[in-house]
Amino acid sequence: MSAATARATNTDFVLAVEGLTVSFEGFKAVDDLSFYVDEKEIRVIIGPNGAGKTTVLDLICGRTKATEGSVKFRNKELTTLNEHEIVRAGVGRKFQTPSIYEDLTVFENLELCYPRGRNVFGALFFKRDQKVINKVRETAEMVNLLDQIEDSADLLSHGKKQWLEIGMLLIQDPALLMLDEPVAGMSVTERQQTAELLRRITADRSVIVIEHDMQFVAEIADHVTVMHQGKILAEGTAEKVKQDPKVIEVYLGH
Amino acid sequence: MSNFSLSNLMTRQDVLGFVVLALILLVVLPLSLDVMRLNQVGKYLSFAFVTVGLVLCWGYGGILSLGQGVFYGLGGYALAMFLKLEASSPENTSIQSTPGIPDFMDWNQITELPWLWEPFHSFGFSLLAILLVPTVLAYLIGFAMFKRRVSGVYFAIITQAISSILTILIIGQQGYTGGVNGITDLQTLMGWSIRTDYASYVFYFVGVALLFVCLFIAQFITKSKLGRILVAMRGQEDRVRFSGYDVANFKIFVFCVGAAFAAVGGAMFTLQEKFMSPSFVGIVPSIEMVIFCAVGGRLSILGAVYGALLVNVFRTVLGESFPELWLFAMGLLFVGVVLAFPDGLAGVYQKYAAPTVDRFLDKAPLFRRWPSSTSHSEPIKAS
Repeated sequence: MSAATARATNTDFVLAVEGLTVSFEGFKAVDDLSFYVDEKEIRVIIGPNGAGKTTVLDLICGRTKATEGSVKFRNKELTTLNEHEIVRAGVGRKFQTPSIYEDLTVFENLELCYPRGRNVFGALFFKRDQKVINKVRETAEMVNLLDQIEDSADLLSHGKKQWLEIGMLLIQDPALLMLDEPVAGMSVTERQQTAELLRRITADRSVIVIEHDMQFVAEIADHVTVMHQGKILAEGTAEKVKQDPKVIEVYLGH
Repeated sequence: MSNFSLSNLMTRQDVLGFVVLALILLVVLPLSLDVMRLNQVGKYLSFAFVTVGLVLCWGYGGILSLGQGVFYGLGGYALAMFLKLEASSPENTSIQSTPGIPDFMDWNQITELPWLWEPFHSFGFSLLAILLVPTVLAYLIGFAMFKRRVSGVYFAIITQAISSILTILIIGQQGYTGGVNGITDLQTLMGWSIRTDYASYVFYFVGVALLFVCLFIAQFITKSKLGRILVAMRGQEDRVRFSGYDVANFKIFVFCVGAAFAAVGGAMFTLQEKFMSPSFVGIVPSIEMVIFCAVGGRLSILGAVYGALLVNVFRTVLGESFPELWLFAMGLLFVGVVLAFPDGLAGVYQKYAAPTVDRFLDKAPLFRRWPSSTSHSEPIKAS
């Protein structure tokens, strides 16, 4: 967006969330929330159950409509856009439970997310050329699924489904990646491999992660935002947040 | 790796399926049936247009429409209106109080051809209307419903209501539509009698040719990325939005394709049966078409053709001896198929016969080098 059209709230941040509020029949799940995410920053959101963490991601990606407030992605207002428009703007979202296309193969899952031929006729006449095939194979290799590329996705283990979904996001090449509990339900080995994978893929983009595993959080986070009852309780580095008495009180425990 | 080459469009099983169907419809049936029976098969095939469209909408896209009779009927009526006007020339209708208008209008004290009927004097306009009226209606319904994210059972109920409304409208507006009897007594097409044996043969083969055009279009759609998006939507509609697709547009598209196919089927019915009536528009025929599709296999475009053919043969055989049992038999058939063979006849073939056929094809010189699956796209797994 050019400087001429810039308004007062325009920022250099990739994501600027200001005064974001959503109320479900009077209950404010997210209450006047503001936070900012820098280029290439890894932001982790933690907080007790029901704090509104997932709702914040839902609001950013358009799944839930905000009651008030604004979400700006590179100074583009997202609250008025539809889900697919937000994706096309460059925001990718991974869900808490692996959501992949179970009736399709790993290859087809990845290919479907390749950012080309996204309208009806583009999809109808989409050509599976060498560029697409290479990109799909490259992505499959990155998420350790190359040797299962022709398998039907419903045959994958839980952990591999999570990887496939991460791969589906990667192939979209989003500038902002949102991950909801990416290591939940994984075995110890899978957890390590996933941490390794996340480190690699977060190198050139901004990431928002929701996570409970504090060790994992400390490893990857640039900044941590602690949410409680729809509001921000504390914000800062993982170290600082860990020692905050309010955070210990409501979330970390003694 | 072009999507447009034949070996990417069809597996060898698909090719075999198309060839076998073509042989049955173009050689075996015409040689073994008399013209009256062949004409009946032609009528059954007119329902196959609807079931192929249902495979795309319902089997692939997960959009269950219980109102395909609307589009079938509109296509049939558009052609019937043209043929009726031709049959109602002033010379043919000189005994009426107003010569030159269709007989049922005269009986209903209408003295002037309604404006809606005027354009149907033109054959070109009528052909366009056969395709466009149902497709535009499907677009409007689809736009209104899918953009608001109405889906599943709610959508099915609304399509049912629409088919009910159209039936009531046709029956109620007797003077303009021919009412419950429909538009009957059609005689000639561009001066050429449609009531001869020769015409029956011509219409049968034209019908089969058009059916194959629809089958190829359907095959192209199912093998395209759009086909895979439909499959993805069926299970994870929400997730498809987060892959960057406007889900509603894809639903509207496939619903329109289904409507256009159904309309061609309706027009072929009119040609072969020489009438069109509201009994092919309403809820019952619409649901029957869904049953044909379910019996054939809702994931298989070829299965859908066999479904329409076999259920109707069954109906004719049973209906000729025990007409009152037919509806019960149909209900039982549907429940039985859904419980025992959720993927219909095509599913049974896939499970029991396909592996044997595949081994045979490995040895057949003609098919040996043809891929057993299109690259990177395994046949859609039955779920």
